[in-house]
Amino acid sequence: MNGKAAAAGMETGGTEGARRRGLVSGFRFEFDPVSDRVPWWVPIAAVLAALAVCAVFIAANGMSPLAVYGKMLTGAFGTRFGLTETLVKTIPLLLCGVGVSIAYRISFWNIGAEGQFLAGAMAATAVTIYLPDLPAAASLPLMTLAGIAAGGVWGLMTAVPRAYFQVNELITSLMLNYVALLLLDYVVFGPWRDPGGLNFPGSPMFTAAQSLPAFGGTRLHFGLVFALAAVLLYAFLFRRTRWGYELRLIGSNPEAARNAGISLNRQMLLVMLASGGLAGLAGMAEVSGVAHRLMYGISPGYGYTAIIVAWIARLHPLGLVLSAFLFGGLIVGGYSVQTIGLPSATSEMLQGAVLFFVIAGAALGRVRIRRIG
Amino acid sequence: MTEPYVVEMRGIRKQFGSLVANDNVDFAVKAGEVHALLGENGAGKSTLMSMLSGVYRPTAGEILIRGRKVNIRSPRDALALGVGMVFQQFRLVQTLTAAENILLGEKTSVWRGASWMRRKMDEISAVAGRFGLGITADRPVWQMSVGEQQRVEIVKVLYRGADIILLDEPTSVLTPGETDQLFETLLKLRAAGKTIILTTHKLREVMAIADRISVMRKGRMLKTLNRLETNERELAQLMVGRAASGIVKPEARAPGKPLLEVEGLTVEAGKGRTAVRGVSFTVREGEIVGIAGVAGNGQSELAEALAGLREWNAGTIRVCGREWKRASVRTAIESGVSHVPENRMRSGLAGSLGIVDNLLLKSYREPERSRFGLLRGRRNREWARSLVERFDIRAAGLDTPVRQLSGGNQQKLLLAREVDRDPMLMIAVHPTQGLDIGATESVHRLLLGLRASGRGVLLISEDLDEVMQLSDRILVMSGGAIVGEMSREDADRERIGLYMAGLRAAPGEAAS
Repeated sequence: MNGKAAAAGMETGGTEGARRRGLVSGFRFEFDPVSDRVPWWVPIAAVLAALAVCAVFIAANGMSPLAVYGKMLTGAFGTRFGLTETLVKTIPLLLCGVGVSIAYRISFWNIGAEGQFLAGAMAATAVTIYLPDLPAAASLPLMTLAGIAAGGVWGLMTAVPRAYFQVNELITSLMLNYVALLLLDYVVFGPWRDPGGLNFPGSPMFTAAQSLPAFGGTRLHFGLVFALAAVLLYAFLFRRTRWGYELRLIGSNPEAARNAGISLNRQMLLVMLASGGLAGLAGMAEVSGVAHRLMYGISPGYGYTAIIVAWIARLHPLGLVLSAFLFGGLIVGGYSVQTIGLPSATSEMLQGAVLFFVIAGAALGRVRIRRIG
Repeated sequence: MTEPYVVEMRGIRKQFGSLVANDNVDFAVKAGEVHALLGENGAGKSTLMSMLSGVYRPTAGEILIRGRKVNIRSPRDALALGVGMVFQQFRLVQTLTAAENILLGEKTSVWRGASWMRRKMDEISAVAGRFGLGITADRPVWQMSVGEQQRVEIVKVLYRGADIILLDEPTSVLTPGETDQLFETLLKLRAAGKTIILTTHKLREVMAIADRISVMRKGRMLKTLNRLETNERELAQLMVGRAASGIVKPEARAPGKPLLEVEGLTVEAGKGRTAVRGVSFTVREGEIVGIAGVAGNGQSELAEALAGLREWNAGTIRVCGREWKRASVRTAIESGVSHVPENRMRSGLAGSLGIVDNLLLKSYREPERSRFGLLRGRRNREWARSLVERFDIRAAGLDTPVRQLSGGNQQKLLLAREVDRDPMLMIAVHPTQGLDIGATESVHRLLLGLRASGRGVLLISEDLDEVMQLSDRILVMSGGAIVGEMSREDADRERIGLYMAGLRAAPGEAAS
């Protein structure tokens, strides 16, 4: 359907153009032939446009949009509790966001961060189940490694078919999310269920030795350090290192990269190992730092939201921090509007609208209006 | 005016930046003839066709269709005048069926139900059947052979009511059998009163199908001939041209040790096509070996194998005495082979990256450029700046995306990268394609400089002037094999032209 429409548009471009020239006399819309740079303010404008559109729906629900946005703002950023909660949500978003960004840099469309996150969470929990009595100095590093490794392997399961059999990574990475989700359901309803948990679908609570330390009595945990370190490493990787240069080359022109003697297949595997590993680390941090157990519905879709986070940031390191924080705030703000009688889906609507406008902005940002004489 | 010309182009000029693709071209086609536009790649044939079909607009000159002056602003305008083009790269949506592709531009009805589709299918089959164009209208395009896709394109043009049909290099993608089939179709079209213009660089085809032949070279129209009054020899001569004047031939020097030894090299290019057939040759120190030939006769595959980009199936490659076991770009780079690929933006440069990153492409692994896995940023910038100066690359800044540079500056950048490594062997494929005179000269100077410092150069080019001007020895490739070899002293334009055309006859006994 899409192809047909697009092709029809292409075919008829001539007359459409001519007609448009007739209507809007002397102007023509065309893609910038040289630069595909989008101005820096486009994402900001996109967020504002999304707020404006969602305001209509909020108003239709009989609420004042300003009051709702105010509530969301104070709920997410206005109080100490809100702010730490927002930061707690920022951690997995940022880790997964950096993860998918690495893959997107070489045009590997990994939409499987959710599954990689769950794989990491399960692997970290497995350490607590099968090696329950380790001291913190052993169990936390082991859980971290297990989380990264499991996420990485989950990522490889997408990269290997793509590299060696040209299997579309969009399909496999998405499908593997469901595999991971069902595996999670199996372990929390089955073998790993807490016997003392009154049938609650979750593993036994982690001990202190299995939990990431928190900061000053808040729920904000050590995972924040992981996340910030990941962003810094990501920025450093692409700006300064030889590997980052190779990835930039692949991202810009895979054929030229081949000409430089770079093995695209090998790079794909390495990138997905890193990409999945970061999402796996996020999963580990979430069970060990926030929930302190593995449970049903451990992720409210962090892996999917991370795709939006990466897209809005346009894969830029600082942008990732800002957009992860913004979306953390949207999640927390969504909780607070429930108290005034709006569904929490309001926040999802906002997330969707922001993505929509960002993508539209990226496309339209390349269009130039030219006067023709 | 006595002749009823259906298409007339007068004083056509087309400029892309500083490159003149068509220079004061006059071109006229009679109604109901098959007219071949003959010339090497880059002669300006496709550009001329594109202006007739509304893809480009001429910088100057006028176009007359059926004696009326017209202004063709889009392919749709062209179609309204009955001019339809079959492009070299097909414009088909792979996932749609043949019929859906043909009907894409249709604007007559909003509702496209089953009965409407059935009626349209019948119409399409009727058009296809009338001209012997066997297509399966309800099959998706991606399942079709290249020949069938081309037939769909032709049916599309016919269905839309074109009676002047342009075909751009129609046989370049076809097997010999499919080519014969296409020619039968073209003759049927001619019998039905259609006018056909096709571009090609294959002499044999021209002689097989065309009524009249127009020869272009380097953007100029040389001559229009009747097929019956000419022969392949004359056409070959016209196509490759006479020796350009004022060439300063570098003095011959005694060649040194062999740098590149190729023996019995055979390369399969997928789908069972053998691109290179048992090729053997040697490039020595201080020598430029030129490979002349029309594009698509195995030169690209040969170059890719020598650059480590493509596996070969039989034969050996030895560089500086060391035999290569398998295709590896790293091995090629490390053994001092530089490569100027035929399409710089497709495989030579990373368009969105800046000058520094593009210069680093071959050397970033060296300790001079990176240490402990880190790029030596400041040092690399200074190095890049010195190269930009030395090779006179004009750019706004070191971080300007190289896509924004002019073609000449892109090529200079690429050569700067490849020459600065002080390669033992340079493989240059069409190194001056699309460049203006100034840039061409600086590329030539660089290649001669390598030769002067005792390096070897393998120059693969379609531009016979270039090959003859620079090479110490000339090999001619045709059909994947080396069909002729001669030293610079024996080089004879006419003979090379015949070899290029795939006619092995010696000059005295050329086919008539």
